[in-house]
Amino acid sequence: MKIDVKHVAKLANLSLSSKEEKKFEKQLEETLEYIEGLNEVKTRNVEPTSQITGLENITREDTAKPSLSQNDALSNAKSTYNGFFKIKAILGE
Amino acid sequence: MKLNNLTIKQAKIGLKKKDFSSSELTKACFDQIKKLEGKLNAFVTITEKEALEQARKADKIISSGQDLPLLGIPLAIKDNFSTEGIKTTASSKVLETYVPPYDATVVKKLKEAGMVLLGKTNMDAWAHGSSTETSDFGPTRNPWNINHLPGGSSGGSAAAVAADDVIAAIGSETAGSIRQPASWCGVVGLKPTYGRVSRYGVIAMGSSLDSPGPITKTVEDSALILEVLAGKDEKDATNSPLPVGNYSQKLNKNMKELKIGISKEYFINGIDKEVEGEIERAIKELEKFGAKIEHIKLFDPKYAIDVYTIIQRSEVSSNLARYDGIRYGSARQNFGEEAKRRIMFGTYALSSGYYDQYYNKAQQVRTVIIDDFNKAFEKVDVIIAPTSPSLALPVGATKDVSMFGEIADVLVEPSSIAGLAGINIPVGFSKSGLPIGMQIIGPQFSEELVLSVAYEYEKLTQSKEWRKLKPNL
Repeated sequence: MKIDVKHVAKLANLSLSSKEEKKFEKQLEETLEYIEGLNEVKTRNVEPTSQITGLENITREDTAKPSLSQNDALSNAKSTYNGFFKIKAILGE
Repeated sequence: MKLNNLTIKQAKIGLKKKDFSSSELTKACFDQIKKLEGKLNAFVTITEKEALEQARKADKIISSGQDLPLLGIPLAIKDNFSTEGIKTTASSKVLETYVPPYDATVVKKLKEAGMVLLGKTNMDAWAHGSSTETSDFGPTRNPWNINHLPGGSSGGSAAAVAADDVIAAIGSETAGSIRQPASWCGVVGLKPTYGRVSRYGVIAMGSSLDSPGPITKTVEDSALILEVLAGKDEKDATNSPLPVGNYSQKLNKNMKELKIGISKEYFINGIDKEVEGEIERAIKELEKFGAKIEHIKLFDPKYAIDVYTIIQRSEVSSNLARYDGIRYGSARQNFGEEAKRRIMFGTYALSSGYYDQYYNKAQQVRTVIIDDFNKAFEKVDVIIAPTSPSLALPVGATKDVSMFGEIADVLVEPSSIAGLAGINIPVGFSKSGLPIGMQIIGPQFSEELVLSVAYEYEKLTQSKEWRKLKPNL
């Protein structure tokens, strides 16, 4: 199995060095090979499990409650402006 | 008796009788931490000033005659639990300067129970590993032999408890991260059922698996902490509404009423011979105490490595997507190699066209594993197995091993994948002086049963010579 490491890195929003790309390509292929054993387990008509204790439709009252203040919410941001997170422009002119 | 060597139960009695104060107890812990930290590196952050202040407050409450479950008891918490006003890094450079503006539910409950927080313990970065060697702030060392690893990812918590730096500690387990370091460090580690303890405010790893729990010197202490931690939290929708037991009051169990399942599949190829021997001896002891041993056949745990690798790495890639360096933390290039490797694999497994082949297939085999355990628990009450197939490995063992964590935890992964309750208890030592641990696995929400079996074993083997051993540091 060949993995397009550059494409996956883009999806994962990671910038990898060419050394990392090579290393991960090899290791990811090894991991894919390793987990091939899973195909030995027959799963036709087996339902997948995502919520392990079987809880369903957990809801709560939609009421306003005290939450973080604006100052607290911004307290770890490197860049703020007028009480907002400041980020680099996403769209061009 | 050095105060820092005490268990929670002993410390509570001493505090109540005013044999010593929480301030004295807390200072004794810091003396030990200062003496050993250069060797062990069990902590990321030490909060001495705050702790001494909390201890003084606890002493006031004690003298007023009030009682709380953990009043004045010095604890350490793994550094992936958000602590208001105290740096929380998950041992990653990405969060090196992050100071949470709120407490995880576990932390909030421990504060309400009166604990004194000594500091935040070292771990594999983002909890990705079974060695504490992938911490961006250097590995933690095993107190029993500092050339060996403590296991992980809650390695700092396990080492701190084993070294009597603390009275007890909190860890978290996705698959093995409480039980395996407890095994390698010779302490008690409880992984509660998924959903028994709130995940709110814990830096997420595998959200369908993550289970916070106690790491302690005794089973009784484990029960005491679980009573504080367990219970409904509306901030975690996967948290169970089932009532919480009086775990510490229900530790006695008539061993003659107990059916224990043993599965050959858990004594895997390549298992350390001394580990195998000690577990077999412990099982014989349980039989001597009256328990009925039944040989059962469990689904081969090797498939759990595949299931766990896929589910966990997929969920990791999703959970770590939020770290953009904008709201908190630093940029994504600061992720260490292990985190990048897991993000890359998880992103690939979830990418367009591969979902059915990997994540969905793994979730189907997850159902197969659950059904297999359900069948086993029709025949037996609990299952006993080695926690780790090896003794604590030497420092450096994980270097360039791309699936170290996932493979090392083969024996704890199936029960984690099925969301079961499990506990590691020490059963002896190797000739080289490294601890050996046994796990007791029960059905979901069987904490009371699992703790009581562990407690009976601990009680019935209390006079063994090996129990008197302490790390020589």
